[in-house]
Amino acid sequence: MDITTNETRPQAAAGRAREGLIVRAGRKVKEFFLGIAHGSLATKLSCLFMGSGQMMRGQYIKGALYLLIEVLFVLYMVFFGGRYLGFLFSGDLGTRLGTETWDEVTQSFVYTQGDNSFLILLYGVVSIIVLCLFITVWCMNVSGNIRNDKICNIAGIAPPQSYTDALGRIVPGVASASLSENSICVQGGRIKLTLAGDVGGVLEIGGERHAVEEIEAGVTRFGALLVTAVETTEEGTMYELYRDENVFSREYLQYPVYLYTKDGALAAAAFLRECGRVSTFREDCKQYVNKKFYVPLLVVPLIGLLVFTVMPLIFMILIAFTNYDYEHTPPGALFDWVGFANFAKIFSIGGGGSNFLLVFLRVLAWTFIWAIFATFTNYFFGMILALMINKKGIKLKMLWRTMFVIAIAVPQFVTLLLMQKILDADGILNVILGLTGDNKILWLGDSSNWAIIPRVTIIVVNMWIGIPYTILMCSGILMNIPPEMYEAARLDGANPFQIFRNIVLPYMLHVTAPYLITQFVGNINNFNVIWLLSGGGPVDNINYGGGSKAQATDLLVTWLYRLTTDVNPQYNLASVIGIIIFVISAALSLITFNRSKANKNEEDYQ
Amino acid sequence: MMKDTSVKEKLFGQKVRSGIVNGIIYVILAVLGILWVLPIVYLLYTAFRVTPSTGIIYDVIPPDLELGFGNFVRLFNETMFPTWLGNTVLVAVCSCALTTLFILMVSYAFSRMRFKLRKPLMNVMLVLGMFPGFMSMIAVYFILKAMGLTNSLFALILVYSGGAALSYYICKGFFDTLPRSLEEAAILDGANQWTIFWRVTIPLAKPIIVYTVLTSFISPWCDFIFVNTIINDATKYTVALGLYRLINAEKSSFSENFTVFCAGATIVGGLITALFLSMQKYYVEGVSSGAVK
Repeated sequence: MDITTNETRPQAAAGRAREGLIVRAGRKVKEFFLGIAHGSLATKLSCLFMGSGQMMRGQYIKGALYLLIEVLFVLYMVFFGGRYLGFLFSGDLGTRLGTETWDEVTQSFVYTQGDNSFLILLYGVVSIIVLCLFITVWCMNVSGNIRNDKICNIAGIAPPQSYTDALGRIVPGVASASLSENSICVQGGRIKLTLAGDVGGVLEIGGERHAVEEIEAGVTRFGALLVTAVETTEEGTMYELYRDENVFSREYLQYPVYLYTKDGALAAAAFLRECGRVSTFREDCKQYVNKKFYVPLLVVPLIGLLVFTVMPLIFMILIAFTNYDYEHTPPGALFDWVGFANFAKIFSIGGGGSNFLLVFLRVLAWTFIWAIFATFTNYFFGMILALMINKKGIKLKMLWRTMFVIAIAVPQFVTLLLMQKILDADGILNVILGLTGDNKILWLGDSSNWAIIPRVTIIVVNMWIGIPYTILMCSGILMNIPPEMYEAARLDGANPFQIFRNIVLPYMLHVTAPYLITQFVGNINNFNVIWLLSGGGPVDNINYGGGSKAQATDLLVTWLYRLTTDVNPQYNLASVIGIIIFVISAALSLITFNRSKANKNEEDYQ
Repeated sequence: MMKDTSVKEKLFGQKVRSGIVNGIIYVILAVLGILWVLPIVYLLYTAFRVTPSTGIIYDVIPPDLELGFGNFVRLFNETMFPTWLGNTVLVAVCSCALTTLFILMVSYAFSRMRFKLRKPLMNVMLVLGMFPGFMSMIAVYFILKAMGLTNSLFALILVYSGGAALSYYICKGFFDTLPRSLEEAAILDGANQWTIFWRVTIPLAKPIIVYTVLTSFISPWCDFIFVNTIINDATKYTVALGLYRLINAEKSSFSENFTVFCAGATIVGGLITALFLSMQKYYVEGVSSGAVK
């Protein structure tokens, strides 16, 4: 039985939701291709000439738009993209170098344009994205036609609980037991009635009656419906019902279908409903400010994202698998695919006189130490300060808050450059401390003892920058802690420290966990603080060795930046580091995002 | 009577204790507050210090100290600061308008509408946001070059607002908290989604709009890495890059420019501080309503 009654339908929906993603996608794909195979001429034609199917059904503007897209795509591929796609899939990023030859006739050097690996890769990526977009539009075009097919044929069945037949009798719903051997199912927009045994008598659709023998002989017309008997098996005869495509109706049609046995008893009943007619362009447009409003809302931002984020990212990820560095820089030289060689280099010990693995691990370790300290010092000290400012009985709250919050308002690069100058060997801090000559402390430049002084300095300066943010954020949340909780704790004789440990801290950690992880990831990628304060320095022989260019306080991000902006850039290694940074931050963020309450219960607050 | 005095004594003791605690807190707050303000005082002091004009001084108050507006005069006459300021205002206004619009649109779609690709898109965008931005900077540069847009402020606006959609999260969090009943009422009155977006949701979203406008307006004032990559022409610099270049030409050695830099920084800092303080209320509201739940 393919017919589901009203009661079982929600369960069926739940079952579908439980189905795996792959199963669901597989079914979608199968439906899509079945739709083409069983589809009308319009659908089949539109697979080749986009929009033709829509035009055949009167959707001229929509069809013309689809056709225009196809024409533009073909032109793009023929005159531009195809060449680069070819290069990309040939396995070589260009083979010819530009050459200069002496031309005797004009007495001058003639420059022959060679291949440019960089442009081949870039435009190759662009073309792949264009191709993907086109395939998406093509699928939209075809599935639009399949939808139209279903609408133009008989689209659905909605079995009511009961309905009145032609003689005025109340007939129970289709699913009732006496009719259970007979079934009705929908396939590819057509409806098949399977009738058990030799029930053949009279078929009634929409009040019109025809003898079954007549139907079995050929096509019988019931109004705008055409009915044929397609197959007779032991189980019964299958009837195919479809809409006469030559009859267009503006009305929604509903057909009760009855089959009577020879002696006049009801053998099967169904209810056919035509879902509608092909929508007009106006109606389509109206959808876009209503049910489909998300399409116009999302399309421009997503295009921006595609051009300025996705495309460059794919490009840079691909770079990680090439040898694009200062020795292979177009147009003077070509670069080529090298597989995982760059990853191997980063994780290699000793190979080629470089200790990249050691350097990498040191940078990674410092990145994590920095992120942990930077996050938690800011968080705890900020929270304690916020508690102090908001404590009952403390006056001049506004003044205290402003003193700290002013620091946020000054742009970060200003404060950081200023701090860099303050902490300079000749800076004001050493002057205030009365340190001169050899006694000067190189706050950001002392590379002795694992560069411990610069590292601590950076973390302290970061507190200066970050704590005001925490104060700002915490003040709001702290006020939300129910005062009864404090009161109860105080009555139980808890001291302020116990109150902080047992009430405030758990509450804050619970509420701000997502913020904390975001901050942590932000600190792993905190380019500004490191770059503007120490520039990643001081140079430290262990790190710098082997052409790795890493310096003592370099995070992964500043290392990446140095590799790309160096006099001898190594884009390939930088991309590998970028991928590693991504893996780390993505893992951390996805865990939080999926666990955070905000994501799961997004409708809780509505 | 005995009992009464003991209670009184106890209360008095408590008062003294809390007075001491408050006293300690005042001292801590005062010391830290001064620590927080000092660098800013130093910035102002240097900005107004005409001589000695280098960053290197051997006394906190040098003997030949002279204060005045000389650095500001130099900033406007000898550097291209006015141009940079104009550039930054232009870029900031345009990118802030676009960014805010984009974020509102994306947040509304993700928060109020239900469609098949919603969850996958949200997850993809979350993942995209995790790539370090300047990993792709060189590629962005070449894409802009292919479009013939390098060395133009328009390119900066495009880059700043192009990635805007990724930071939809806070705003969406805010939209999630708006009651659905308002929308339902509007639908009963025959409103479509377009009307609901402009007439119902946007008016309710004032705090988050101010927050978004503020953050997106400020970011072009602070970013110098992207500008550094995209723009080589000194007349197209924004203030951040201009000031950065002013003192970073020779790293960690002080030059004549340091006091001029401080003057420029004072102007930029002053502008943003004024903006920030006037909007502080909304900023706090925005941070605490969207970021944390």
